[in-house]
Amino acid sequence: MCLALPAKIVEKDGEDAWVLLGDARMKVNLVMTPEAEVDDWVLVHAGFAIQQLSEEDALETWQLIDDLRQPEEAAS
Amino acid sequence: MTIRAQMSRLTEDLHACADRLGRPASFMEVCGTHTVNACRSGVHSLMPSTVRLISGPGCPVCVTAQRYIDALIELGRDDDVTLTTYGDMMRVAGAGGSLELARSEGADVRIVTSTMEAVELARREPGRQVVFAAVGFETTAPATAAAVLAAKRDGLANFTVLPCHKLVLPAMMALLADPEAQIDGFICPGHVSVIIGAEAYRPVVDQHAKPCVVTGFEALQIMDGILALTRQLEAGETKLENRYPQVVSNEGNPKAMALIDKVFQPGDSAWRAIGMIARSGLDLRPDYAEFDAFQRYGITLGEDHDPPGCRCGEVITGKCAPADCPLFGTVCTPIYPIGPCMVSSEGSCQAWFKYRRQEMKHAERRAAQEEIVS
Repeated sequence: MCLALPAKIVEKDGEDAWVLLGDARMKVNLVMTPEAEVDDWVLVHAGFAIQQLSEEDALETWQLIDDLRQPEEAAS
Repeated sequence: MTIRAQMSRLTEDLHACADRLGRPASFMEVCGTHTVNACRSGVHSLMPSTVRLISGPGCPVCVTAQRYIDALIELGRDDDVTLTTYGDMMRVAGAGGSLELARSEGADVRIVTSTMEAVELARREPGRQVVFAAVGFETTAPATAAAVLAAKRDGLANFTVLPCHKLVLPAMMALLADPEAQIDGFICPGHVSVIIGAEAYRPVVDQHAKPCVVTGFEALQIMDGILALTRQLEAGETKLENRYPQVVSNEGNPKAMALIDKVFQPGDSAWRAIGMIARSGLDLRPDYAEFDAFQRYGITLGEDHDPPGCRCGEVITGKCAPADCPLFGTVCTPIYPIGPCMVSSEGSCQAWFKYRRQEMKHAERRAAQEEIVS
């Protein structure tokens, strides 16, 4: 239940925002990260952005997830 | 360096460190997401036989007392009530069955992926009484708080929550107070730590002299956390290490903590198979009593009656492994689960069933072969 994934904000409207989570577009609430703006990365859990992340750290997390998804390619 | 090379290096270091330590070590991963990822990625099979990773009470579904499910099901019998819940809770059984069963019998139960969906539902359907099953740890509690605040702001008279949030730290402290506990250190829950901050575990280190490591959820990060804990034991140290600083700060997310604090206050809470732990849950503050389903519907929680033979309580306190339970993999499987640890996708039993049965079979075969040879 505590799963959270990095996602990039593509649209912001007050407390609500739309993020790209992989290829999916999702509505999230920014009440816990009000400073986050469009193009910022946030950690998304159950429809809420719970933390802002640097792009480098967000991409590193996705890299780890992708490597696990394709272990053979990552190893080669 | 490829992920495989990095893992090889960590594994070698861990084996060498464990050899130097020269005694067994058991580390508890508190969070269900760590449990699943450690099983799925094969971390267990890479570890030396003297180092064990045991599961803790960090799966919200697994620790939710049966009496709470019973209360939800009772509420669902009311024709005016729409129950809203995270999907994980649907299949966990109370004394009178699960929410899934209640729905099949006519209760209006709807799965939401965010508390705000439940608030939106209440707004859209003013004729329905929408109750949100508020389970989860500090990661999800701020989301419930935000929903209650939104409902108050909008004057929604048809939205309530049935609070059953749990706090991680009191549970860890309660485990350590048990003289039977064999825990040499903790892999602290990653995303709970985002909210409460790494420093929150200081009492575990200071009062119980147990090493704590905050780490991420990917296999490399988990292995790195295990190595860090083993190194601390080898060096005779007791430290709090934040090895996930890119995501977890020492102080946590103050805005999220403020949300929790505004809406909730600590209260005693019943944990499945563990019992009551003082100040380990969150009750709504009196200012928000109108959103408390316990009060609105006059609910009092009953007793728990755990399924006979089920050892989930020992599994979530690290006292036994899923495979030690006589029901595991025989009558209790993910399709027909008996205990909550098999129901939940983050439960230890389901993770073992899905990802470790093959490894267990190999180990049994190896042991049998060795017996023949000797």
